[in-house]
Amino acid sequence: MKQKFATGSGVAGLALATGAVAFGAFLSSRHRHRGFDDGPAFAKRQPPGNLALVGRSVTIRKPKAELFEFWRDFSNLPSFMENVESIEDADANGVSIWKIKAPAGRTVDIKTEVASEKQNEHIAWRSVEGSDIETRGEVRFEDAPGDRGTRVSLTISYDPPAGALGRAIAKLFQREPQVQARHDLKRFKMLMETGEIATSVRTNDETRAAKQENG
Amino acid sequence: MRALTWHGTNDVRVDTVSDPEIINSRDAIIKVTSTAICGSDLHLYDGVIPGVKPGDVLGHEFMGEVVETGSDSTLKKGQRVVVPFTISCGGCFHCKMQQYSACDNSNPVEKQDMSASLYGQPMSALFGYSHLTGGYSGGQAEYVRVPFSDVGPIVVPDNLDDDKVLFLSDILPTGWMGAENADIQPDDTVAVWGCGPVGLFAIQSAIVMGASKVIAIDHYPNRLALAKKLGAEVIDFRETDVREALMEMSGGIGVDAVIDAVGMESHGFAIDNMIDVVKQKVGMGADRASALKQAIMAVRFGGKVSIPGVYGGMTDKWPLGAMMEKGLQIRGGQTHVQKYTRDLLAKIEDGTLDTTFLISHRLPLEKAPEGYKNFKEQQNEWTKVVLKPGMEN
Ligand SMILES: NC(=O)c1ccc[n+]([C@@H]2O[C@H](COP(=O)([O-])OP(=O)(O)OC[C@H]3O[C@@H](n4cnc5c(N)ncnc54)[C@H](O)[C@@H]3O)[C@@H](O)[C@H]2O)c1
Ligand SMILES: [Zn+2]
Ligand SMILES: [Zn+2]
Repeated sequence: MKQKFATGSGVAGLALATGAVAFGAFLSSRHRHRGFDDGPAFAKRQPPGNLALVGRSVTIRKPKAELFEFWRDFSNLPSFMENVESIEDADANGVSIWKIKAPAGRTVDIKTEVASEKQNEHIAWRSVEGSDIETRGEVRFEDAPGDRGTRVSLTISYDPPAGALGRAIAKLFQREPQVQARHDLKRFKMLMETGEIATSVRTNDETRAAKQENG
Repeated sequence: MRALTWHGTNDVRVDTVSDPEIINSRDAIIKVTSTAICGSDLHLYDGVIPGVKPGDVLGHEFMGEVVETGSDSTLKKGQRVVVPFTISCGGCFHCKMQQYSACDNSNPVEKQDMSASLYGQPMSALFGYSHLTGGYSGGQAEYVRVPFSDVGPIVVPDNLDDDKVLFLSDILPTGWMGAENADIQPDDTVAVWGCGPVGLFAIQSAIVMGASKVIAIDHYPNRLALAKKLGAEVIDFRETDVREALMEMSGGIGVDAVIDAVGMESHGFAIDNMIDVVKQKVGMGADRASALKQAIMAVRFGGKVSIPGVYGGMTDKWPLGAMMEKGLQIRGGQTHVQKYTRDLLAKIEDGTLDTTFLISHRLPLEKAPEGYKNFKEQQNEWTKVVLKPGMEN
């Protein structure tokens, strides 16, 4: 499976180059309100650029700093991101390997670096050369009105190549990425606000069975 | 353990299922001593609520003894607690506003999508109900896993019998909030549709809140008699034209406030047509809202409409014009149980509220299916059923 992705990487690389420009434009348009319509870019009927974009916001009753700190420690992400199996500590070049769950119990690697960050404000990351798929993400933390805590927005883009490879990647994201992003953010909110992630299982066996099914 | 499980419309059974375990650190396990069957359970029994699966353990009104605690539970083994039917984290935006039944964090994320597409935002979790509300195993069982046990359960004093405090789990706060949502003023005449447990507690609450007159509407003589004993005037809708009677009884003004304690399975009228769109999407039929429509016609201009009765989907022929032209205030919602338990426990202790008058039957858990059947088919005599897992069969 890993082999297959490598074969397509020439095409994907080109797509990534054009995609990167579009993503940059997307990020800036998203946070700077331009034009007459103040709706966020990911709610646009026609999203800018060619990348598949997914985004979501939640309000979490915790201060920005606490949320930023938890997210910035990437080893915490697998605790609420369902399809991320593990994240290694960054190497000397600041690149860490994210292991993503793939069908049939396999995993694929995404080599990730921090593209930009500002303490307590935002973190952006992107895949670098040698990754099995091309993806970028950004999380932003903004004060919510009054004592409502922090508004957290997550944007993830990935480059869906056409054909069999594209379908494999779609599968890789397990579900519709939009749904995945929303679920991941809600799990993050639960973890931060309640210290745990809600589940209605009655026994630990059920939890294990569910994990196996997803894995 | 033994538990009452759902298998389909009109089909509930007591089965042996796996015992619950502590999953999260704020959980506790409760050994159930008393649990009740609710009108909301009848909506499941009748198959009008979507998202119920065969094998689901029902029951959302329960109390018992703490037998196990997670590391972050504040409960102690051996304590007697009543558990709210709403599962609430206590720390989110809605919980902080005491809107506990809208808790952001109790419904597992993967279960939130369906209700979010129905209502715009996802529902919060309830015990023993639909998978739309989490699919948590319920209280008509020997044991229950109770999440967020540091927030929900209320410890009750040993000198108060189960029967006196059990209804803090749902119907007492629901009747109370039903009356509170009617914003009752001292001179008000309040009409209550439905003299089931919720209606009866709404009537009692409205009287305690100082309504000048409460009028109860139903068609079961025995249920109407219970309402009368509480101090209400009664109308049997099979004998009397309700709207005409209410106009007369309110001196030609219309009643000041109306409370719908009937919900989506209103009696005495043909089943409304199914709305195709909703049916296709979620397998949900159109709600039968005839009692509520009647209430909206009966309430005066500028009046107040409170809806504790449960609705799930959509309805047609809605009196939208009456709602707007009359300038009505309308409130509903699943009860914010945790907001009321402490105050209501005090009112039980000091005798302001009587909570046992409506119990007609006490059965062992094993006889729960019989309880369901009769609570549905013999409503006149079977006014409230309490199940006792420890009782001799
Ligand atoms: N909001 C909440 O949190 C909450 C909590 C508990 C119950 N409920 C809901 O409250 C409702 C009542 O519950 P219950 O346990 O009292 O149920 P119930 O079935 O015992 O009582 C309903 C009563 O309404 C009467 N009725 C039916 N059609 C009528 C009509 N057209 N006019 C007047 N009366 C009519 C019935 O004869 C019956 O006595 C249900 O819909 C239930 O789901 C809501
Ligand atoms: Zn109930
Ligand atoms: Zn909450």
